[in-house]
Amino acid sequence: MRTYLASLAIGAALVGAAFMATAQTAAAQDGPLRIEITDGVIEPLPYAVPDFVAETPAAAELAREMSRVIAADLSGTGLFREIPASAQIAKINNFDAPISFPDWKAINAQALITGGLSVNGNRVTVRFRGYDVFAERELGTGLQFSGTTDGWRRMAHKVADVIYSRITGESGYFDSRVVFVSESGPKNDRRKRLAIMDYDGANVQYLTNSAAIVLAPRFSPTGDRVLYTSYESGVPQIYVLDVGSVQRRVLSTDEGIMSFAPRFAPDGRTVVYSQAQGGNTDIYTLNIETGQRQRLTSAPSIETAPSFSPDGRQIVFESDRSGAPQLYVMAATGGEARRISFGSGRYGTPVWSPRGDLVAFTKQNKGRFHIGVMRLDGSEERLLTASFLDEGPTWSPNGRVIMFTRETRGENGRALLYSVDISGRNLKPVRTPDGASDPAWSPLQK
Amino acid sequence: MSGLKNGILVAALLALGACTGNPWDDAAGVGGPGAAGLGAGSALDPQSPAYFQQEVGDRVLFAVDQSSLSEAAKSTLVGQARWLTANPDFIVTIQGHADEQGTREYNLALGARRANAAREFLISQGIAGSRLKVVSFGKERPVEICSNEACYAQNRRAVTVLAGGLTG
Repeated sequence: MRTYLASLAIGAALVGAAFMATAQTAAAQDGPLRIEITDGVIEPLPYAVPDFVAETPAAAELAREMSRVIAADLSGTGLFREIPASAQIAKINNFDAPISFPDWKAINAQALITGGLSVNGNRVTVRFRGYDVFAERELGTGLQFSGTTDGWRRMAHKVADVIYSRITGESGYFDSRVVFVSESGPKNDRRKRLAIMDYDGANVQYLTNSAAIVLAPRFSPTGDRVLYTSYESGVPQIYVLDVGSVQRRVLSTDEGIMSFAPRFAPDGRTVVYSQAQGGNTDIYTLNIETGQRQRLTSAPSIETAPSFSPDGRQIVFESDRSGAPQLYVMAATGGEARRISFGSGRYGTPVWSPRGDLVAFTKQNKGRFHIGVMRLDGSEERLLTASFLDEGPTWSPNGRVIMFTRETRGENGRALLYSVDISGRNLKPVRTPDGASDPAWSPLQK
Repeated sequence: MSGLKNGILVAALLALGACTGNPWDDAAGVGGPGAAGLGAGSALDPQSPAYFQQEVGDRVLFAVDQSSLSEAAKSTLVGQARWLTANPDFIVTIQGHADEQGTREYNLALGARRANAAREFLISQGIAGSRLKVVSFGKERPVEICSNEACYAQNRRAVTVLAGGLTG
């Protein structure tokens, strides 16, 4: 249950200097509260997040809702287990009053999160603290976030990100968004439109109408723009859309030539994508500022689904040059490619992890589809899911969780979004108002 | 799939037909040439798109993961080329499709291969390449919606869609 950190420096470096001072003091007699999430089996860490204290009359409702969003974030990871209010002994009525640790120990809360909220007009300020209950000390130092009331969910996600990061030693992923394809209508006439939402399914906003098929949106490295493929012109072409203004423009302008599967390079200017000419699909890059294009592959086989490494120096992609689709890695400038997938079955849609150490992919084997991960040399392949049709993985900003499309079979088959931890635990649907496919996770918001 | 079910599907597709902006796109010819048995050798105008779809056959089917043309497919395309030669006002878009067993990206590329295979064959039969556009829909527009081989076989297709010549 309680895991002590073997190497304090790793955790402390990730959460910043303010925390380091506290942690080092405490470490002398007792390691910091810590979930070591690389371990094989996890006992979720019990915690409590009592309703935040409303410090102005107008804050009462938000104070409660904010603590609920924080709890949903933390418990939703599968790493934490909330102890419900009904089991709690102590009440937090004053954010600045001393904590009665015995009351929280008695219910075995390992961590405690308290907060105070004030609302003045449309300004909301939240102060919060995390506690290591059994060590009877704060987890790092208290923090404060301010914003407008309509951004209160984001503030809650930021609080949860701080707590998550202080306990796991990794950055969080709650203050992030997902762009996806919203689906409606029958299977032979699916209506598709781009939509964007918070990572937890809240605040859905539509970015296109459903007049033309749209596919596979991808965020820019800063999250302000989205690349996607649309049949607006009759053939698939690549578009870039500004998330703020919802203005879009076509990037691939060769009339009648199919372009698809775009992704940004880490520089935010280079786009890698596939183009089909004469029935042959190859990989190209396009500098969207200069319009300069470069062809990276020229084999007669299918080369598609390219994804850059986080350092921008390599590209992982899918090719059937060996007969069936497999994964390959090449330099960002093209040239010779190295095959990395050698298991049985067909491999597609590789996506380089934000940490750079893993590739997530879709695998098709013996009539089943899987989402999996492997190292860049093809070793340590791990299948995380299995179903009639799972495809299109996308990484959470911290590389801990993968979201993907799961489609059910048959006449009434429907696509929905799911997420799973890279350990294979915590598989669960992501709430969307309608059918949904092709998720792409944003970076953490600033 | 029963004839009754096919009939319902055709009706459903006809009802939805306006969406693609191409009124005859995929709406008829679900069963391919001669399969429907409705008015074969009928009073259809041999120069009409309906004749092209139902009598000539507007689509060819492919084996799993393949884009090579079967003898049956070549025979259908020979008929298409003959019809297009006799009706030079039409241009066509060849739509390549895949079944749902595959990733979205790969199926787009596979559909492009299939459409191109049909296009190359029509060119070899004397049709000018400038009359033959291609587009792939990957697995986005299945014509049959069950999840077994009976439907998949119909979905792995290249459909020659006529444009021009008539207003629609």
